[in-house]
Amino acid sequence: MKKIYKSAASALDGLLFDGMLIAAGGFGLCGIPENLIEEISKTKIKDLTVASNNAGVDDFGLGQLLATRQIKKMISSYVGENAEFMRQYLAGELELEFTPQGTLAERMRAGGAGIPGFYTKTGVGTTVAEGKEHKVFNDQTYILELGMMADLSIVKAWKGDEQGNLVYRKTARNFNPNAATCGRICVAEVEEIVSIGTLDPDEIHTPGIFVNRIIKGDHEKRIENLTLSSSKEV
Amino acid sequence: MWNRNQMAEVAAKELKDGMYVNLGIGIPTLVSNFIPEGIDVTLQSENGMLGMGPFPTENQVDADLINAGKQTVTELPRTSYFNSADSFSMIRGGHIDMAILGAMEVSENGDLANWMIPGKLVKGMGGAMDLVAGVKRVVVIMDHSNKHGESKLLKDCTLPLTGKSVVDRVITNMGIFDVVAGGLKIVELAAGVSLDNVKVITEAKLID
Repeated sequence: MKKIYKSAASALDGLLFDGMLIAAGGFGLCGIPENLIEEISKTKIKDLTVASNNAGVDDFGLGQLLATRQIKKMISSYVGENAEFMRQYLAGELELEFTPQGTLAERMRAGGAGIPGFYTKTGVGTTVAEGKEHKVFNDQTYILELGMMADLSIVKAWKGDEQGNLVYRKTARNFNPNAATCGRICVAEVEEIVSIGTLDPDEIHTPGIFVNRIIKGDHEKRIENLTLSSSKEV
Repeated sequence: MWNRNQMAEVAAKELKDGMYVNLGIGIPTLVSNFIPEGIDVTLQSENGMLGMGPFPTENQVDADLINAGKQTVTELPRTSYFNSADSFSMIRGGHIDMAILGAMEVSENGDLANWMIPGKLVKGMGGAMDLVAGVKRVVVIMDHSNKHGESKLLKDCTLPLTGKSVVDRVITNMGIFDVVAGGLKIVELAAGVSLDNVKVITEAKLID
């Protein structure tokens, strides 16, 4: 079993096709698989549906795939930081399925856990609930949301080993463990590949069974909203 | 009338010892500056952090450590990190005691609109729909009227909803209002605001 690949290009080789669904980890620009996204932007694949909480910024993260017009549809909860996204969407060039953040996370978790649907209170009485099955449990109304099974998931972790075991760092964990489980294939990029036995088995966040391919990336780790204790305005 | 900081200070009086609280972006973030002496609260940030610390000094800045507004923050000795599904298990599962959120509109029966202006503003609901559906108590902080002087407390919201009958209390620059059967009950008015002032400007039914 060989999970470690030399480059983003080799790790994605044979996995990409037009019209596929990709689930990506990350929150804002924090913990995004920036190397894998950049590599996809160099390929010719198109008509992608991408499930990711956010859509990056104009020139970084998923914004790169919007710039190349490779994304047909986004499944996201918040896209307010991306002017090109807003332009494409308002011009009718990009489809958007707004999904509440917790529902998106649970759709990934459920899909990865073999659960095709679940009921949630989130979104009841809003546009999110339109066209969805409603069901009452204990006098409360819930809606049916579907588990997500992606063709590919791309995630970013702090450390990984050749078994694909992953450890994330601080709030860069976010959607990554959930996205990792819901892909038919999961490719992970890490800051450091460590030898087997280095990671404490008790402290592994994503067990290697969920990860098929792993690369060491170079990470810019751009900060979206630098706020200091000395900043006047929060 | 209260300014932003005074609204945050008023909201901070909602905090009780031992609470787990989620603060939204904008004025709600300011609430953490006014946590009363002797009250221990733990702040949850829905991107995956419990026990959120203050903004960092220049040396403490860490790209892997941000809050739900994507601002750099710091950790505390009590801090824990978790994935997004676990984060919303806390929120949707009713484990968070209170959320303090901003809003565009609130109706007299507690409907909340704070995520979208059709055709204009495409941002998204983020975690707001989950928060209002799952958190035990929802407090809104917002200006009483918009920049055109129109009431943001309405009979019915005109914008797409974030949640239906989800708001418990609204704190505006004019006062504190509780959502009760039949309308919004005036709990307190800001210094310099008269009952007539607030009734003239408010579209929603007020109960004094």
